[in-house]
Amino acid sequence: MDGDDRIFHERSPGVEHQESRADFLSYTAGLGLAVLLTIGSVVVAQTDLLWPPGIPVGLVVLAFAQIGVHLVFFLHLGTGTDNTNNIIALAFGLLIVFLVITGSCWIMVNLNDNMMAMPGR
Amino acid sequence: MTVAAEPRDIDTQELLVAIGGVGPAPTRTVVAYGFWIFLLSDIIMFSGLFAAYAVLSGNTAGGPTGRELFDLRTLFIETACLLFSSYTCGLAALSGEHQRSDRFYVFAALTFVLGAAFMFIEISEFVHMVGKGAGPSRSAFLSAFFTLVGMHGAHVSTGLLWLIYMAAQVLAKGLSPVVLRRFLCFSLFWHALDIIWVGVFTMVYLMGVD
Repeated sequence: MDGDDRIFHERSPGVEHQESRADFLSYTAGLGLAVLLTIGSVVVAQTDLLWPPGIPVGLVVLAFAQIGVHLVFFLHLGTGTDNTNNIIALAFGLLIVFLVITGSCWIMVNLNDNMMAMPGR
Repeated sequence: MTVAAEPRDIDTQELLVAIGGVGPAPTRTVVAYGFWIFLLSDIIMFSGLFAAYAVLSGNTAGGPTGRELFDLRTLFIETACLLFSSYTCGLAALSGEHQRSDRFYVFAALTFVLGAAFMFIEISEFVHMVGKGAGPSRSAFLSAFFTLVGMHGAHVSTGLLWLIYMAAQVLAKGLSPVVLRRFLCFSLFWHALDIIWVGVFTMVYLMGVD
């Protein structure tokens, strides 16, 4: 009886007996990685460590890495079964964000290129 | 063994969910999913402001540019405050799950202090910029800057009020499952603000001073 009881309580992701996957180590590892990536992006921006024209690309890569760290270690998005819906929603959200930002930039750059020269400028 | 007692029935059902069987997901999972959808819609709203900033950041109308206005030292302190408040917020959520209300209050207070420090630095930076004649009406670049960074600041301020409200709920109701689920939503909100700040930090500040 006691053995069964323990199995039920350790396995079930129930409301009251939530076996939290989030632990102290995960938050601390996330903090460490985030601090490293933040310092890394400041160093990349302030020094000539990277080939200068490549700095924006380097910064974007570091930013995406840090967003990934935040999602996994702080928001606990993982590969668990109850996370599938969250991941699908995130993928859809990222698609919309990508469309809004690149679409706006594309349209506005195109408009600027096709703008007639203003008189007196 | 018999699975007849009432609480046991719930556990059996949730065990089935855990091993991929049928049945409704635990309330906690459903609540987190719903709040995650809200956060994604909030991030999409921010993407509009990011797009506006990207389009307008070059239009300084002869006014000050980002290189002249931004100070990386204060920015770094600001970022550290927000990052560490995210960490202490996670630890507060963890202490809550372990029913350690003493630790919960300590970490919640730390989260509040670090978040308030972030807001203090940001507001004094805004006041300083407006005082130098670099207010939101100076150029399209500054309008977009104040809208984007100010919207993030408004979210952080809302989060600070929400945190006070959550601490009051823990004080009044204890660390009950309902209160813990609400605090889970708060911690998701707070971590999402940090993700948006990574975007602001990189796109507005680091690329602005380059």
